[in-house]
Amino acid sequence: MRTDAPTQAAILAGSAVLLVAVAGASVSVGAHAVPPAEIWRAFADFAGTDDHLIVRDVRVPRTILGICVGAALGASGTLIQTLTRNPLAEPGVLGVTAGAGFAITLGGVLGLAGSQPAQLLLAALGSALAALVVYAVGRTSPLRLVLAGVALSSVLAGLSLGLRLMLPDVFDTFRFWSVGSLAGREQVSLTLPLAAIAVALVAALLVTRPLNAMVLGEQVAHALGGHTVRTRVGVLVIVTLLAGAATAVAGPIAFVGLMVPHLARRLSAGSIPWLMAHTVVLGPVMLLVSDIASRVLLPTGEVPVAIVTAFLGGPVLIWVVRRYGAVSL
Amino acid sequence: MNTIVLRVGRYSVLVERRTVLVSLALAGAGLALALVGLCHGASWATPSEVLSALAGRGDSVVVIRDWRLPRVAAALVFGASLGLAGAIFQNLTRNALGSPDVIGLDAGAYTGALFAITVLSGTAAQLAIGSVIGGLLTALLIYVLSLKSGLSGLRLIVIGIAVNAILTAVNSWIELRAELDVAIAATGWSAGSLNGIDWDEVYLPFLIIGGLMLVLVTLSHAMHQAALGDELAVTSGVSLNRLRLLIVLVGVGCTATVTAIAGPIVFIALAAPQIGRRLAGAAGVTLVPAALTGAALLMAADLVAQLLLAPMALPVGVVTTAIGGCYLIWLLFREVKRP
Repeated sequence: MRTDAPTQAAILAGSAVLLVAVAGASVSVGAHAVPPAEIWRAFADFAGTDDHLIVRDVRVPRTILGICVGAALGASGTLIQTLTRNPLAEPGVLGVTAGAGFAITLGGVLGLAGSQPAQLLLAALGSALAALVVYAVGRTSPLRLVLAGVALSSVLAGLSLGLRLMLPDVFDTFRFWSVGSLAGREQVSLTLPLAAIAVALVAALLVTRPLNAMVLGEQVAHALGGHTVRTRVGVLVIVTLLAGAATAVAGPIAFVGLMVPHLARRLSAGSIPWLMAHTVVLGPVMLLVSDIASRVLLPTGEVPVAIVTAFLGGPVLIWVVRRYGAVSL
Repeated sequence: MNTIVLRVGRYSVLVERRTVLVSLALAGAGLALALVGLCHGASWATPSEVLSALAGRGDSVVVIRDWRLPRVAAALVFGASLGLAGAIFQNLTRNALGSPDVIGLDAGAYTGALFAITVLSGTAAQLAIGSVIGGLLTALLIYVLSLKSGLSGLRLIVIGIAVNAILTAVNSWIELRAELDVAIAATGWSAGSLNGIDWDEVYLPFLIIGGLMLVLVTLSHAMHQAALGDELAVTSGVSLNRLRLLIVLVGVGCTATVTAIAGPIVFIALAAPQIGRRLAGAAGVTLVPAALTGAALLMAADLVAQLLLAPMALPVGVVTTAIGGCYLIWLLFREVKRP
């Protein structure tokens, strides 16, 4: 792949077409299949039939949610992988999303997570704390970082299972934050979290230029006039915001932020800004495909999408470990 | 003298004095916890009542011997079995993190057991065989995937973690797909639980675990030589490949048998060998302290699980996950601080 702008723009346009197709499938497929023609009519010629209501009130909001969460998870994975130069880094694997989910659960049990701003704040706090703990424990090697993240995730999973059994009534409302899923979020107002994700995504695209210099090494970046400390802190804030907001609306979803950057890296030929652009388009594709699979895998009902991403992402983790091992990016 | 020679007829063993003392203390702790476990229940029985009931006297013979004793015995035997499995795999990978629960053997055994329940009729024998096959296939998969980098090192562990993630996803999918009654039974079980175990369920696993332990006793000398290093082991007449194959089979058998009955109880296999090794002050991971620590740990965790939310009983796996995960983080943290 070449890095010149026309080639990269063509690839990006191709990915965007793919995203539109997948989004169309996501609106159409489900417990009640809606033919494409009806989807068009639901907007152009709304008649209030069941098909139209399903499309407008359930499928389209869910698809938009999937696009935003997928872009947020992919972008945060790219940022962490680039900043730490760790091919295995990802907010889900590192326990950052589990931290956000558990913070909301705990806040809910204590009666603090009633409003959406409170949930967002708790998610951001939780993901920042989890990131700090995991980094402090595992900073010496890429593989150790993964181990620390997995250990933290399993502690939090055990604790939230315990809470669920202890307080079944209170916890039922917040059970959602222990396994990530896009289902049943259509009725919740998504304006605030999606706006937060949109702002953070713009910031993520802007931060790629200084990051591009950092890839050459701290000293070189400094000599080129970059503010390394400022970039580092900025990236961490953006990652926390992206992973926190995505978890606040969809619960902890692992492996999307791991798979997508590795895929996008093969297309972007070493340019960090293009890598970020591809990630933002391919992240939603990956999450929507997983979400469609989560609707058709069971004869009745749905699998939480986090289970599908784990199934798809596990092999990718194995591939990355075999390819890179303990080597830095 | 720091060592003692034990002789039985023609056979003799050389053991460290500290190992013997620590093992006796651990066995004592396990039995004391077991006594508490027998006393605790819907109504508290005094230790003297328990002892007379065990001897077959008193009013509470049925409660103690038929209801509480199987659970307590299962906690001790399964804990020992998990501790042994952990010690075997930590020896093999020469890594404190290379225990069967971290690298996905528990999850694989559980997949096999779920398959036996949902597709076959789910008899005790099918469960046991299914989970052993599941565990062995998982071990084989991880071995093949990490061939390039060898058996030791963190790479194998992270590959195991990935396999664990895939299998856990598959397991949740099977549970969600299954008929409702199977799914409800399996969900209490998926966290690992000793609730509602009775004698009929544990005869076969106890026999299998006993058999595996006997095999391990006959292998222990060769394992000791193997721990000295590959060259020394081969020079002193150990057939390394045959030995490794055998102990992998025993280790998977130990994990899978427990999983077939109680579901995946994680982190006992990770923590017991390390704690046992520190207590015994041994150079490597030793089997007897690991097994005894495992028994005491699982017994204690099961008591905590019963007491924490009494009268409701938590699955013991929830307790071991929460405590064991913290232990794993601490283990990593200490390694980071080491220069």
